Amino acid sequence: MLRKLFAIAAVAGLLTVGASAPALAAGHALEPEKIHWSFEGPFGKFDQAQLQRGYKVYREVCSACHSMKLVSFRNLGDKGGPFYNDKYPNSNDNPWVKAIAKEFEVADIDSETGDAIKRPATSADRFPSPFPNEAAARASNGGALPPDMSLLAKAREGGPDYIHAIVTGYKDAPAGLKVGPGQHYNPYMAGDLTSYWSGSHEHVPPGGFIAMAPPLKAGLVTFDDGTPSTIDQQAKDVSAFLMWAAEPKLEERKQTGFAVLIYLILFAGLLYAAYRQVWKNESH
Amino acid sequence: MSGHSTYQPKTGIERWLDARLPIVRLGYDSFVDYPTPRNLNYWWTFGGILSLCLASQLITGIILVMHYTPSADHAFASVEHIMRDVNYGWLIRYMHANGASMFFIAVYVHMLRGLYYGSYKAPREVLWILGCVIYLLMMATAFMGYVLPWGQMSFHGAVVITNLFGALPIVGPSITTWLWGGFAVDNATLNRFFSLHYLLPFMIAGVVILHIWALHVVGQNNPTGVEPKSKADTLPFTPYATVKDAFAMSVFMILFAVFVFYLPNALGHADNYVEANPLVTPSHIVPEWYFLPFYAILRAVPDKLMGVLAMFGAIACLFALPWLDTSKVRSMRYRPTAKLYFLIFVVVCCILGLCGAKLPDDPVLGHFKTFTLIDSDLNSFVWLSRFASLYYFAFFLVILPVLGLVEKTLPVPDSIASPALSHPAAAPAEATAAPEMKG
Repeated sequence: MLRKLFAIAAVAGLLTVGASAPALAAGHALEPEKIHWSFEGPFGKFDQAQLQRGYKVYREVCSACHSMKLVSFRNLGDKGGPFYNDKYPNSNDNPWVKAIAKEFEVADIDSETGDAIKRPATSADRFPSPFPNEAAARASNGGALPPDMSLLAKAREGGPDYIHAIVTGYKDAPAGLKVGPGQHYNPYMAGDLTSYWSGSHEHVPPGGFIAMAPPLKAGLVTFDDGTPSTIDQQAKDVSAFLMWAAEPKLEERKQTGFAVLIYLILFAGLLYAAYRQVWKNESH
Repeated sequence: MSGHSTYQPKTGIERWLDARLPIVRLGYDSFVDYPTPRNLNYWWTFGGILSLCLASQLITGIILVMHYTPSADHAFASVEHIMRDVNYGWLIRYMHANGASMFFIAVYVHMLRGLYYGSYKAPREVLWILGCVIYLLMMATAFMGYVLPWGQMSFHGAVVITNLFGALPIVGPSITTWLWGGFAVDNATLNRFFSLHYLLPFMIAGVVILHIWALHVVGQNNPTGVEPKSKADTLPFTPYATVKDAFAMSVFMILFAVFVFYLPNALGHADNYVEANPLVTPSHIVPEWYFLPFYAILRAVPDKLMGVLAMFGAIACLFALPWLDTSKVRSMRYRPTAKLYFLIFVVVCCILGLCGAKLPDDPVLGHFKTFTLIDSDLNSFVWLSRFASLYYFAFFLVILPVLGLVEKTLPVPDSIASPALSHPAAAPAEATAAPEMKG
């Protein structure tokens, strides 16, 4: 009886922890569709081909407005990264990484003259931002600030599912919804549309407004591996790439965790056997 | 520290040292020969688990400080530097962040164990109060640690919590300014929180030493609540308690590892991966899960000052507990009525936690409205938290004081060894049928 009551209390406790963890978005955005990602589960790994395609989407589409300040070019060649190659354990030597870095220009100071100059990036540099500062970014985007993408997949509830839902989920605004200039209706965006809705308050459409126009179009990016370039494919690939950018050590973490758990379970078993042995002749 | 020391120095060096600094004797008496009640169950292993948590937090914390920059401009980026560039930095940081949650899981189990088995009753009042001091220090440390990554939830959580002190009459605004080191949460606040976040764990370690000292003076409580009377009631700490604690610690570490390696952000908040921006307030500011019950009590009271007082009062109740519980019987194993109220108390704490995580006006059941009572719909989390808060305080201030005087308790065994063979809780009928067992 007591044990049962304790079990109930324990379950109630766990439920509380579980229920309290996810944040409640204000307003009522649609729940993002659950995508099956290769990096899910205890043995999940990034799909390198997908990361490369996702990088291309980022490079050709997103990076026009979104910075990725925390990621260095060398990270692309790190283990688990889109351009990792075991011939180049030091990612600074990786020829793909070097070639990608060279495409970008970064600000620097000429060590001879002290003048502000631009030079081609090296693998040690971080991704340069598309705008010099926040004010410039807002000025070019109708007052909205395109969020930095380095941590986007961890900074939004739902992570890559959410990113995929946002970029594929644009809908025509329902009749009765007043969409302001430079705004777009998206049912997956957090927000409260009550004050823009002319119908009854019981039927306010889900979602909110987003300043970003639908960014993807079928065929917008040509994938080098011949994967058909649908909107859904582009969205999935870039979401996977952003998950890698936010959590580049994900594979290392899961692999280490597996070894740690095996060790701990064996260790616990050994200690339990020792416990039984020590207490063998003692009543308790 | 209690009783007669049986330590026998065996080698010349040990004898030499023992005559000058009997530190080996202290260790031997405290952790080898120390008599522990033979009937301690697994709930008693959480003390050892907590020392493991403290050690883990100290070690990972000290390593994090080697790479962290306490500055409003660089803190966020330096945490990401730890996650991306420092060798195994992700592991150290996830261990530290999840370690805080593990610490609180363990401390809540430890506290509820003390509550259930009456471990706060004479002569263990000081032991219990020292534990409450540790808990208070833990809460302060955890709160300030959560501010250090300087994410959105760090910043706005700090704003909300420090503003609570502003509710105090006359001195409130001055205290808030003093805490901030300025007129808003800013770089000065981050720096002092960092300084205190480094200091407080060592204060915790100091109070833990006092806690263990007090424990070794009065001896451990046990599931029967009956003091050990003879040698037959106890076993030496090593190997009996050591091996049991070690097994429990290894199981706890499995839980810890599952969070660190597979669910590292499950207990956190997505908004904290967005750098702090004073101009953008998150739509829903929530504290970490271990503060949610107190947050619910705070929000249950419509008046800000009264809410703050209620929240601190909820913790103050714990300090006064040794004198609130009037029962002569220590362990709730022999207090069937108290046991029931205790279990309701545990569930109520969980409900308060749930209320703290939800928006106050959200409906508890379904999506319907009932009727407005005073200021909110009855079917809302704010009303649920009011009922739950009421029970929380009633448990300490009414139920425990009154119940101890009026309840009918089960017979308490004569000694620990006598019921060890036949568990009395499993067969209460048998125990009541044997009046000769009652002392």
